[in-house]
Amino acid sequence: MDDQDFRLEARSWLRENFPPALTNVSGLIFQGNAHAAAASADFQLWRQRMTDKGWGVPTWAPRYGGAGLSEAQAKIIGEELAAIGGFNPIRSYGTMMLGPTLLEYGNEEQKLEHLPWIASHERRWCQGFSEPGAGSDLASLQTKCVDMGDHWLVNGQKIWTSGADQADWCFALVRTDTSRKQGGISFLLIDMKSPGIEARPIVLISGSTHFCEVFFNDVKVPKGNLVGEVNGGWSIAKRLLQFERSSLSEVKTDITPLAPLAHRYVGSDAEGRIADPDLRARMVHNAMRHAAYMATVRRFTQEAKNGGPNNGVSTLKNLWSTIIQRRSELVIEILGAHGLGWAGEDYSPDEREASRALLHSKAFSIYGGSYEVQNNITAKRSLGLPDR
Amino acid sequence: MAVLNEEQAMLKDMAVEWVRDRMPISVVRGLYDHGGGGKPGDGVGFDRDTYAEMAAMGWTGIVVPETFGGADFGYLSLGLIVEELGRTLAPSPLLSSAFVAASALRLGGSAAQQERLLPGIAAGSLIGTLAVDEGAHHAPARITLAAARSGAGWRLDGMKRPVQDGMGADLFIVAARTAGAPGDTHGITLFLVPADSAGLDRRRLDQIDARCPALLTFEAVALDEDAVLGMVDEGYPLLEAILDRARIGVAAELLGLATQAFDTTLDYLKTRVQFGQIIGSFQALQHRASEMFGELQLTRSAVEAALDALDAGDANVAQLASLAKAIAGETAHLISNQMVQLHGGIGMTHEHDAGLYLKRARVAEQCYGGASFHRERWGRLNGY
Ligand SMILES: Cc1cc2nc3c(=O)[nH]c(=O)nc-3n(C[C@H](O)[C@H](O)[C@H](O)COP(=O)(O)OP(=O)(O)OC[C@H]3O[C@@H](n4cnc5c(N)ncnc54)[C@H](O)[C@@H]3O)c2cc1C
Repeated sequence: MDDQDFRLEARSWLRENFPPALTNVSGLIFQGNAHAAAASADFQLWRQRMTDKGWGVPTWAPRYGGAGLSEAQAKIIGEELAAIGGFNPIRSYGTMMLGPTLLEYGNEEQKLEHLPWIASHERRWCQGFSEPGAGSDLASLQTKCVDMGDHWLVNGQKIWTSGADQADWCFALVRTDTSRKQGGISFLLIDMKSPGIEARPIVLISGSTHFCEVFFNDVKVPKGNLVGEVNGGWSIAKRLLQFERSSLSEVKTDITPLAPLAHRYVGSDAEGRIADPDLRARMVHNAMRHAAYMATVRRFTQEAKNGGPNNGVSTLKNLWSTIIQRRSELVIEILGAHGLGWAGEDYSPDEREASRALLHSKAFSIYGGSYEVQNNITAKRSLGLPDR
Repeated sequence: MAVLNEEQAMLKDMAVEWVRDRMPISVVRGLYDHGGGGKPGDGVGFDRDTYAEMAAMGWTGIVVPETFGGADFGYLSLGLIVEELGRTLAPSPLLSSAFVAASALRLGGSAAQQERLLPGIAAGSLIGTLAVDEGAHHAPARITLAAARSGAGWRLDGMKRPVQDGMGADLFIVAARTAGAPGDTHGITLFLVPADSAGLDRRRLDQIDARCPALLTFEAVALDEDAVLGMVDEGYPLLEAILDRARIGVAAELLGLATQAFDTTLDYLKTRVQFGQIIGSFQALQHRASEMFGELQLTRSAVEAALDALDAGDANVAQLASLAKAIAGETAHLISNQMVQLHGGIGMTHEHDAGLYLKRARVAEQCYGGASFHRERWGRLNGY
């Protein structure tokens, strides 16, 4: 089937199967109100249909729960979904980060053991990388993993682990050799129901309990759960972080224009322009940067398809985080005092959401490699600037 | 970089090589005197023989239809060349004539006008340019140069400045007011005015980039009826369409300028040693460089999207033109400043190229509307 035929087929299937009630509801799990949305019957139905079709992970082989489609076909599904205000209900840390990594580094047993459950969203994952003493300098992590012959024994602490209290499994970086930094790290899959694990939610400035601290106390892990080689986890982690960064800058790239909101809250002048000229100018500037950013995402995708250099992920992530953070600030400025509400019926749900969104947006330049760390990477990899 | 087809890739390779050999930065430097200003004399800001070489390679006919001697290769192709020329600040009327004047005739010319003028533009023997601005700021709706009916034709009185490449052009596309008051978009008419028309005088403007655009004065310049390009009184939409091509063209030049200014600066960051280490190893400078690299990515995307839209005949050319021009201007502004800053003292000398980039950037930034003009325009077009 050529791409055009496939597009028509995808279009009609999506139109028939995507529940209209979910139009423009974010599909991102672990964010804001998404928990409530995910509980709805429509959401469950949508998830089931996409699971059966294998279109949550369209490029994965059918034996792993995918549909065995080409990249081009996967892109078409994404475009047709976006066109009807839909979203991928399977999208998760599993599909965005662990899945692609397992496909490259996992053995067949591990793939069969985990991928189908990711594809059906029945096994939710969290990312156990960061520790209290190991953030940007991730390779200094200390969580100890000892070979006990018939199992691994894990002791230590992770922090900022998003969704750890909801997750079924954790992909973690652990130290299997204390004599070497990067060369002593292994990549381990841990069942969160194992005895000795405790996840304590941490409250964020936005009020959500998005992430946890996770304690590992004499946790036994089967030998087969180590991905790749012992002490070979660092390159796997780096690959996974690449998947994370590119998925971050792809998330919600399309945004609703703020002009109508500003006309409503700020008013319009005699010529029909947003009444506050200074605010208007800054809004336009931000919206134009977003338009250029979208053009950049499209250009990078085109170039990557044609085998061009793919060193733009850090650059994209920084452009995205700064543009979206700026936009969140503008929303609050547009809403004025109505944008400062925390709770209560005196603020509309959208108004309350805006203040939470502003607070949450501050994380964009911290997680997935901070703004400064991305700049370090760009300087080194894209620009070839020296360490000394 | 946009994904190029085979012809475009060849064209680009050819441009890279030719610009390196025939239009290195020393060519624009040759237009300056030793004090850092334009050389006095009667130079027109570009060299006609070099332009003939470009014409021989077919560059002057890239957006001209084949029936008029062009290649009809499209705007992305021409934009690639303009970008390459921008890298060395190559002084050439390619943008004014082969991009802008050719577009004007394609968009608004009658069959007779196209037949009369496009072959010359495509062959490089005729150099055309747009004469639109009059005051300190780009404001196409505020045109005052008067055109009045006179016998069977027209009479033009007024002035235009700055007119790009105007000292060496053979043909001016002049935006004039035939009705209404400054600020009205109704009442604007475009005219094709030969440079040797009686009553038309041109004077060199000694501009910071040594490109010496023209100040034109019109005193009872008499034109025939067939000098009108497009519709009488309703020329504004045509003018905007021509201007959008001009803006996208200048944005492509600015992209080339900013890219080279960045590359040159990056080279310096990798070689200059202070405190016993390469200055490019200082994190403050690494981050500045990474941020500039990000701005360059946005700029390239905006420029290429605008060029693509011209070729595809998209309806949103106006928005993309303003996006490209505003962002390219901002980026060239930022990077030309940082080029001087990061070179330290040497960057302040006329001997070094940084000043040449700074000067041309400031001119091109304003050309056909600066960043604030285009942000305002984009905002209006998008309901802000
Ligand atoms: C909402 C959220 C969700 C997260 N989810 C997860 C998750 O699911 N799993 C997980 O493992 N982690 C997660 N993280 C953790 C995240 O990856 C870390 O916060 C991040 O790597 C930064 O580490 P840190 O917090 O220790 O800050 P630090 O590394 O201590 O950084 C402090 C400051 O110093 C700067 N800095 C550090 N090193 C350098 C340098 N070399 N040059 C210049 N500046 C530098 C940083 O940019 C930052 O501004 C999450 C974080 C947030 C905010």
